[in-house]
Amino acid sequence: MAVSHDLRTFKNAAWLGWQMEANWTDPFVFATYSIVKPLAGSLILVFMYIVITGGETQTPFFSYMFIGNAFYMFVAEVLFGVTWVIHDDREHYMTLKQVYIAPIKFYTYVFGRAAIKIAITTVGVLITLAFGVIWLGVEIDLGAVDWLVFIPALLIGLLTILIMGLALGGVTFLTAKHGMGINEGIAGVFYVLSGVIFPITVLPGWAQTISHLLPVTYWMEALRRGLSPDLMASLPGSTGLSDFSNLEILLTLALSTVAFLFISTAIFRYADRTARRKGKIDWTTSY
Amino acid sequence: MTDTWLVTNLRAIRGRAYPRVIGSKRELSWLFFDITLPLLTVSAYAYIYKYIQAPDEFVGFVILGGAMTAFWLNILWMMASQLYWEKEIGNLQLYLIAPISRMSILAGMAVGGLFMTAIRASATMVIGVLLFGIVLSFAQPVMLILIFVVTMISLYGMGMMFASLYLLLGREAYHLSNLLTEPVYLASGLYFPVKALGFWAAAGASIIPITLGLDALRQLFYPGSGAEYGFLSVNTELAILAVLCVAFLWLSKYSLDYMEKLGKTTGRLTLRWQ
Repeated sequence: MAVSHDLRTFKNAAWLGWQMEANWTDPFVFATYSIVKPLAGSLILVFMYIVITGGETQTPFFSYMFIGNAFYMFVAEVLFGVTWVIHDDREHYMTLKQVYIAPIKFYTYVFGRAAIKIAITTVGVLITLAFGVIWLGVEIDLGAVDWLVFIPALLIGLLTILIMGLALGGVTFLTAKHGMGINEGIAGVFYVLSGVIFPITVLPGWAQTISHLLPVTYWMEALRRGLSPDLMASLPGSTGLSDFSNLEILLTLALSTVAFLFISTAIFRYADRTARRKGKIDWTTSY
Repeated sequence: MTDTWLVTNLRAIRGRAYPRVIGSKRELSWLFFDITLPLLTVSAYAYIYKYIQAPDEFVGFVILGGAMTAFWLNILWMMASQLYWEKEIGNLQLYLIAPISRMSILAGMAVGGLFMTAIRASATMVIGVLLFGIVLSFAQPVMLILIFVVTMISLYGMGMMFASLYLLLGREAYHLSNLLTEPVYLASGLYFPVKALGFWAAAGASIIPITLGLDALRQLFYPGSGAEYGFLSVNTELAILAVLCVAFLWLSKYSLDYMEKLGKTTGRLTLRWQ
């Protein structure tokens, strides 16, 4: 009974999220919008690389960089998606208090809204990867994909990002229009320190130590190992996690997910209590 | 009579700029985010250039580009989207009934936004330069200032025009601003010389003032790089930017009048949560 109630909340929240994401325009414009943005982000890196190498994209490092950047979209968009729910419902549509007093679990509502963000981002990631494989020679061979590494890594990683988003959503409750800044800040830290577009071995030693503490570092490594095992073998030099076996990478990722589950839930609960006590559930911070 | 009108509108400019100027001091935590965020992306791109052993000036190009992203984001989110946002929160109608030129409101937003953003961009530049040990040339300081000022006037003129065009938008305003982020970073060559896009693509992207402004600044900060990586000569870019200044300021006035009239006719000026 409770499960079906939660599923209904999740489904309706996802439907609401989809309407908010997509019904502002016609399907053609929405499809164009969904394709242009991620492709442009990847093309910045492509041009940076081409300017220096003179157009040579069929190298292991180019594929490493391209794949990492494509999957990083999940980090940026999902973190943003979760916290934006709080900001948008509270400050823009001013409906957060109604959601709060509705007989539903708030977590389920937030995850339902975020689920649609994941779905839309997945399309962007797939299009970007297809573009890379077809036009730029990115090394992904579907026949060689190690699905036993790739699928668990993808799922655990997405769960981790969602859970981290929950903590940031909690922080958004208590801060004045900081939602975007905090999201971008955390996502930016991952971009620099998690081996998204270059191996962490390029970083100074102190930064590498931090990299080893971030779950996204293991996520990126596992995704690449699963999606393109040959690429990882042919990459010159170490990625910084070469000593880890696939199983160790996945276990580390899973453990960090559990750790973040406790941390994020604690942060969210604290923020929730404080927001209620200080009257911030229906706060607006226009300026 | 003229003086009164002028003084009233100067007050309006000051009044609209005030919350942004004072806000940047009152909410110091914003400064932290404003400074560190662009640095993170800039650092990532700088490390890529280092990893693929690009010439040293490319790290400088990235830092300059990273500083300029602050201005573009300010144009999108605090100029273009602002009248839409003011409409959503109910301030727009107050602006419209006030005995001032609407352009004063836009100018005030621009002045305040420029102040806030200049802090962010300067900090990105200074920290980036120190962090990566960048050496910049200041051989032509007057030209540097001139290019920067003309770029900013044309850029904020463009922002004022966008604000008018966004006036009647609903949620598409948010999505449009989102859409104009990465594609403009790409088209304007914020992280690589725009010349790499090819002549016609770079020429098309030159309608965005930041494209030529940044290209000119890079050539001035790295005098030896112009021949290889510069798109047009600095003087040509300055002349085009000056034309863009006039064009965008005129277009912003025209579009504001037009959209206000259209909004009144269709009853959408106070429509919220579209």
